[in-house]
Amino acid sequence: MSRLRTQEPPTAPASGGATVRRKYFTGRTRRDFFVFLAFALPNLILIGAFTYRPLFSNIYYSTLNWTLGSPSATVVGFGNYITFFTSPDAAAVLGTTAIFTAVTVGGSMILGLLVSLALNLKIRGTTFARSAVFAPFVLSGVGVGLVWLFIFDPVYGVLAWVLRGLGQTSPQWINDPQLALAMVIIVYVWKNLGYCAVVYLAGLQSLPNDVMEAAQLDGAGSFRRFVSISVPLLSPTTFFLLITSLLSSLQAFDLIRVMTPLGNGTSTLIFEAYKQAFGAYNRAGYSATISVILFVILLAMTGFQLRFVEKKVHYA
Amino acid sequence: MSTATRPQTQPSSGSTGEFVPRDRPLSWANIAKTIAGGYVPLIIATLVVFLPLLWMVLSSFKAPGEIITTDLKVLPQGLNFGNYAEAMTTVPFAKFFLNSVIVTTIGSVVKVTLAIATAYALVFVRFPFKRVIFVLILVALMVPPQVSILPNYILVAGLGGQNTYWGIILPGLGTAFGTFLLRQHFMTLPASILEAAEIDGAGHWRRLWRIVVPISMPSIATVALVTIVSEWNDYIWPLIIVDKPDMMTLPVGLTLLQNSESGSSGWGIMMAGAVLVVVPVLIIFAALQRYIVAGLTQGSVTG
Repeated sequence: MSRLRTQEPPTAPASGGATVRRKYFTGRTRRDFFVFLAFALPNLILIGAFTYRPLFSNIYYSTLNWTLGSPSATVVGFGNYITFFTSPDAAAVLGTTAIFTAVTVGGSMILGLLVSLALNLKIRGTTFARSAVFAPFVLSGVGVGLVWLFIFDPVYGVLAWVLRGLGQTSPQWINDPQLALAMVIIVYVWKNLGYCAVVYLAGLQSLPNDVMEAAQLDGAGSFRRFVSISVPLLSPTTFFLLITSLLSSLQAFDLIRVMTPLGNGTSTLIFEAYKQAFGAYNRAGYSATISVILFVILLAMTGFQLRFVEKKVHYA
Repeated sequence: MSTATRPQTQPSSGSTGEFVPRDRPLSWANIAKTIAGGYVPLIIATLVVFLPLLWMVLSSFKAPGEIITTDLKVLPQGLNFGNYAEAMTTVPFAKFFLNSVIVTTIGSVVKVTLAIATAYALVFVRFPFKRVIFVLILVALMVPPQVSILPNYILVAGLGGQNTYWGIILPGLGTAFGTFLLRQHFMTLPASILEAAEIDGAGHWRRLWRIVVPISMPSIATVALVTIVSEWNDYIWPLIIVDKPDMMTLPVGLTLLQNSESGSSGWGIMMAGAVLVVVPVLIIFAALQRYIVAGLTQGSVTG
C-alpha cells in the first residue's frame, strides 16, 4: 500500500531528455533520503535505545550474578535460570501469574460481553453508559487501587460495613494471600471490563442485520440468536480481545504494587522482577532472568497471534 | 422467552415476505422486558463503576472521626477540606502536581511531534527499507515497557538521570503507538492533494504542516489524548528513577503518601490524594471521550 503513495507520478514529462530526468530523479531521491532521516531518525533512535536495547541487555544481565549498584559481577551462565526454576518461588510465581491472568482475562471478557449486549440495545442512555463503563480503563491504577483498598478495609471499609449489616464479618483481604489475590483480580476486572465491553460492542454493531432478522423470522429467541449467531460471528473480536487482554494482564503492575506492596500471594512475574531488582534484594541478574522469561512468554503469544489471528482480524 | 406473552399474529400465507414485527412496540410485556433486560444491567454496570469513585470523593471530605467509626454515614458532615490540606503538608503534593504537569506536557508534546514526523516520513517520503522499519515499529508496539525497566534504569541512572525531569521523560519518548496510529491514518489521505502541493513547489516541511497536519486533526487529537493520559498515569518508571519527594510525579507521590499514612486514620487523606490524581483524567475523559475511546480500542475488529 505504501508503494502507492511514493510512486512517481505516472505522467512523467516525456519531452525531457533521459539524462535530465535521471538527474532530477537522483536529486529528489537524495533530498528525500535526508528528509526521511531528519523526520524519523530521532524517534527510531529512541525506540532502539529504550525498547530494543533493553531486550538484549536483559539477556546479558541474566547470565550474571550481579547486585544492583555493585561494580563487579560474576558470569554464571544459565545459573540464574536454574536457580529460578528449581526454587519453590518459581512454582508460586508462575502459579500466581497463571491464576491472575486466566481469571482477569476470562472475567473481563465474559462480563464485558454481557455489558456490551446491554449497550447494544436501542434504548436511551447507552451512550452515557458506554462512556461510564469505559472510564476506569483510563484512570490511574495507583489512584483506583488506593480507593479499592479503602473499600476492602476489613474494619472501616464500606464492604465490611455492608457485610456487618448482613450479620457477617469482613475477611482479612490483605493479610490472607489467597484473598489478596482475589481482591486484586476483582479490581483489575473492574478496571478492564469496560474496554472489553466497548470492543465487543463494536463487534456486535458490525454483525449483519439480515442474518439476525432471518433467524428471528424462523422463530429463534434472543438467547438462541446470541448463542448460535452472535457468539460464533464475534470470534475474531474474541480472539483479538483474548490476545490483547493476555498481554496487558501479564504486564499488570500498578494495582498489585499499590494494593499489596509486599506481593504476599500476588507476586506475578512482572512484580517479582521488580521486587528482585528494586525491592530489598537488589538482585539485578536474577531480576533480568525473570524479565527474559516474561518476555519469552509475551513473544510466544504475539507469535501465536500473528500466526493464527492475522487472517481473521482486520486492523484499523 | 417472549413467545409466551406475545400476541401471535398469524403469518398469512399471502404476505409478500416483507418483515412484519410481531411485537407491538409499546405493549406492557415489551416495556417490562426492556427494563429488565436493558435498563437494569445498564444501571448496575454504571453504578459498579461510579460508586467506588463517588465513595472516594465523599470520603475525601470526611473528618477522621467520620471514617474511623463502625457507624458509617454515606454523606460527609460538610465540605471539609481538611484532608486536602493535610495531604499537601504531609507530602509536597503541590510539587507532585507540578511535576506531573511538567512531565506530561513535555513528554506529550515531544511524543506527538515525533509520531507525526515519523508517520509522515513512513508514508510520504521515499526511503529504502521502509517496510522493514515499519515492522520494527510494530514489534516495538508489542514490547511491554515493564521488561525494559532494569536496563533503562542502569543506563539512565548511569548518565545521572536519577531525580531529574529528563531522566523521567527520556526513556518513554520513542513512540511506536502514535507512529503506528498516525501512519494508518496518513495512508488514507488522498494523494492528489499532496501532489498538487508538490507541483506548487511546497517542500515536505510545508506539506506536513500546511496540509497533512490540518486535515488530520482528529487523529492527532486521538494520539495526543491517549499519550497525555498514559503519561499522567505512568507509574513504574517514575517510581524507579525518582526517590526524592521533590521530583515525584502524582502516582508515585500517592504511594509515598500511602506509606506515611499507614494507619486507618489516613484514609481520608489518601482519598483526597486519589481525587487529585484521578479527577483531572476523569474530566478530560468526560469532555473528549470520543477520541480517547477510539484511540484505545484501535486495532479491534472494524468489519
